[in-house]
Amino acid sequence: MELTLWTYEGPPHVGAMRIATSMEGVHYVLHAPQGDTYADLLFTMIERRGLRPPVTYTTFQARDLGGDTAELVQRSIRQAVERFQPEALLVGESCTAELIQDQPGALAAGMNLGVPMVNLELPAYSKKENWGAAETFYQLVRTLLKSQLPAPGTPKPSPSRWRDEGRRPRVNLLGPSLLGFRCRDDVLEITRLLAEHGIDVAVVAPLGARPADLMRIPTADANVCLYPEVAGPVCSWLERSFGTPVVRTVPIGIGATAAFLRELHGVLDLALPAELQELEGQPSEAERRSRLPWYSKSVDSTYLTGKRVFIFADATHAIAAARIASKELGFQVVGLGSYSREQAREVRAAAAELGLEALITDDYLVVEKAMGEAAAELVLGTQMERHSAKRLGLPCAVISAPLHVQDVPARYSPQMGWEGANVIFDSWVHPLMMGLEEHLIGMFRHDFEFVDGHRSHLGDGAPTAAGAGEPEAAPAAAVPAAAPAPAPGTTTAAAAVREALESLWTADGEAELAKIPFFVRGKVRKNTEAFALERGLERIDAEALYDAKAHFSR
Amino acid sequence: MEARYLAIPSMGVSAPPIQPSPPDILKESGQREVFCGLTSIVWLHRRMPDAFFLVVGSRTCAHLIQSAAGVMIFAEPRFGTAILGERDLAGLADANEELDRLVKDLLERRPEIRTLFLVGSCPSEVIKLDLAKAAERLNTQLIGRVRVLNYSGSGIETTFTQGEDNALLAMLPLLPSSDEEQLLIVGTLADAVEDRFRLIFERLGITTVRSLPPRRSTDLPPVGKGTRVLLAQPFLSATARALQHRGATLLSAPYPFGVEGSRDWIAAAATAFGVPGDRFNAVLDPLVERGRRALEPHREVLAGKRLFLLPDSQMEIPLARFLSRECGMELVEVGTPYLDRQLMAADLALLPPDTQLSEGQDVDLQLERVRASRPDLVLCGLGLANPLEAEGIATKWSIELVFSPIHGCDQAGELAELFARPLRRRALLQLS
Repeated sequence: MELTLWTYEGPPHVGAMRIATSMEGVHYVLHAPQGDTYADLLFTMIERRGLRPPVTYTTFQARDLGGDTAELVQRSIRQAVERFQPEALLVGESCTAELIQDQPGALAAGMNLGVPMVNLELPAYSKKENWGAAETFYQLVRTLLKSQLPAPGTPKPSPSRWRDEGRRPRVNLLGPSLLGFRCRDDVLEITRLLAEHGIDVAVVAPLGARPADLMRIPTADANVCLYPEVAGPVCSWLERSFGTPVVRTVPIGIGATAAFLRELHGVLDLALPAELQELEGQPSEAERRSRLPWYSKSVDSTYLTGKRVFIFADATHAIAAARIASKELGFQVVGLGSYSREQAREVRAAAAELGLEALITDDYLVVEKAMGEAAAELVLGTQMERHSAKRLGLPCAVISAPLHVQDVPARYSPQMGWEGANVIFDSWVHPLMMGLEEHLIGMFRHDFEFVDGHRSHLGDGAPTAAGAGEPEAAPAAAVPAAAPAPAPGTTTAAAAVREALESLWTADGEAELAKIPFFVRGKVRKNTEAFALERGLERIDAEALYDAKAHFSR
Repeated sequence: MEARYLAIPSMGVSAPPIQPSPPDILKESGQREVFCGLTSIVWLHRRMPDAFFLVVGSRTCAHLIQSAAGVMIFAEPRFGTAILGERDLAGLADANEELDRLVKDLLERRPEIRTLFLVGSCPSEVIKLDLAKAAERLNTQLIGRVRVLNYSGSGIETTFTQGEDNALLAMLPLLPSSDEEQLLIVGTLADAVEDRFRLIFERLGITTVRSLPPRRSTDLPPVGKGTRVLLAQPFLSATARALQHRGATLLSAPYPFGVEGSRDWIAAAATAFGVPGDRFNAVLDPLVERGRRALEPHREVLAGKRLFLLPDSQMEIPLARFLSRECGMELVEVGTPYLDRQLMAADLALLPPDTQLSEGQDVDLQLERVRASRPDLVLCGLGLANPLEAEGIATKWSIELVFSPIHGCDQAGELAELFARPLRRRALLQLS
């Protein structure tokens, strides 16, 4: 049993819904009690979908439990097939139905439905949403490709068979789904990018695919695993069963996009164009298609140097963000973590490269604490980190699911490819104060015109005390008109510590602190107090403040 | 209608004593597109800031609540889910120990909590995890510090708003007995709305007015023979019956939505407490007049428009009554998750006699009726709103009605505005 106040991932059947709803011609019969239909709103509200998810719920109630719930399942399946005439049917159960053990998949198998049917077994008490999505996608592809499986011992198709067949090479883009981060635009961007290199896209799935499209998956020369959280298992299976090579570099950031293209050219036995050749210490010609390299080099960006960045996201976006932050923007990554336990190994490796220990957790309070302790200046995270950052008064950009309606923007805003790098530059840098502006504030802060509390375009000052509600941005559903500030939790002990620390400050220490620009004052105070505690200082005067400053200077 | 508001003798409820022949009810059982009772935690925790609601359930429960409520806006919400894992399913003894441990940790972290609600869910009901026993055990351990109560908000037993009914029912045994004369308002109201009602009752000379749920979870009202109960919400069947068992008298009235409903609701109390008619009118007439003025601009938008209400919050029947009688809307179909005739009697009597009621749901069939009847506005849940809008049908989300202050004469304008806004917006947009 585990206490959860908020969770990054839903249950695994919500992952299955993401696959069903991303596709066309697929219907999902879900054995679930009344109430589980809430999941529809994830799609109709967050994604603003104009169609109901293709899901039939049995919505059983207590009175059904006395009778024949199996009959209810069969009736629901029959009616769903009749009404929606799906080209493929998914049958599964949510957490409660799993306990009743009606085995809806087995029931469906005995019904002679005349459509391909996938019996989804998604253990609700040990697995989560992304696992459920990956498993569903894998099972669906496996079921539909069963008849095409090559006999054991069949030689692998040559990745350069396109040449023999007198056509352009083609690949599948696997993994984009609804409720994934910016998938809609990533698919467009990568499709364009591939076209520039003479590579066609055979199938995009699950997003927008029909079952018949999935049956064309083996016609591609390679599979691009665009989102490992969803497509990892299916890509590995296709590699094992059909011998289709997998391109696993995720093209987020200019370095990764170039590496992705190089990997792809290698896999497809395509000659590497000159513009992709690696140059010593320079971005390749191709990378300059993005504005990121120049924007990052331009003098205004000098102030980005060494900005302390805290990253927490799904594994794919966290790893990509760490690479972009450290190598392409010159930030200092001070924290890296993910809620994706399935990809924890990869996140740990990426963290180790930066001399960090990865934070693998699904407790947002642990993440918030780590964020505060890392003394971050910019947070890259999910919607939850955006809220935590707001409480801590830190700027934040959202880089990963779970989504808010804001993360499905009307405009084109991919994360992948050259344009994705442009989008990332803007969306990470804009929450920070602009370079020249920060410089000017530093220069003129002693002028009488300067108003302490000037926050530039950072918006209103963040609340300093934890616990303030901010009713302006509830997620999907309704916004409580006036959320009362919840009583803060462990404030009594914390307040005592705070008081003790405050009493250490001498008058000249406080005076010196007041001269420090307001937007770093909190951090200087915290660092100085930490320094004083560490050294066992009995008072914090101006000298102690400067000692601490020297200690923490980088 | 005009005369009814002004005439002194007609202070009582507007319902004629004999109901016209009830319209045929369409009963359906199929897929229900409703939330489960856990959802009511979203407003209950705001009502009682010293209470914590701990759902004992699955990741689905946690995900439901965070999807329905703006959980992320809280530094730490006063509700959470004890998520059952495989180990808990393997042995109930362990599950009980785990629950005790988790509650202990939680209360250490949140020392300000005075009442802890253990909320049962579908999985906890199915595995027969005895939360009543757990509450009893924890109560002994925590005596004098925190009171532990339990109720079920499971989807197999409750829809959406029924969670509040069960929560209040769980609090009832703690209510002290007293035959003191008092008016007890039952059902969560927004604090500001409650203050308004109290002021009105005070002006009427009804001095002892208490509320359930109270604003502080430990401030429990007494109950007994002198208690007259006014239900502020139409979904509290079990609580109403249990209060009657404790000697309380249930006042029959329409629910306080709109000017007429609010006036009649207050009138029911005034009659019960023997408030003189002229005093009642002196207090209420200005409010009624003001409320009707506030309604007028919205009535202009709504009058003659056809409304289809899908079953969701159990507030559909009283809202339909308000929208048809005070806003001039035509009712195509009024759906309700379940029909409690006793609790709905006054509102049912005020519906136009030919109103098509439906109880339960088969969502696909019901949506076919929506499409076939092409209503001007559909009241529905969040899962259905955008799909209907995409088909060109205007909608109003029902969940907003349980979060917004909509009770009372003074809120009638706002309540009508919630329904008029989607129509106004459509008129504003010039998108081909």
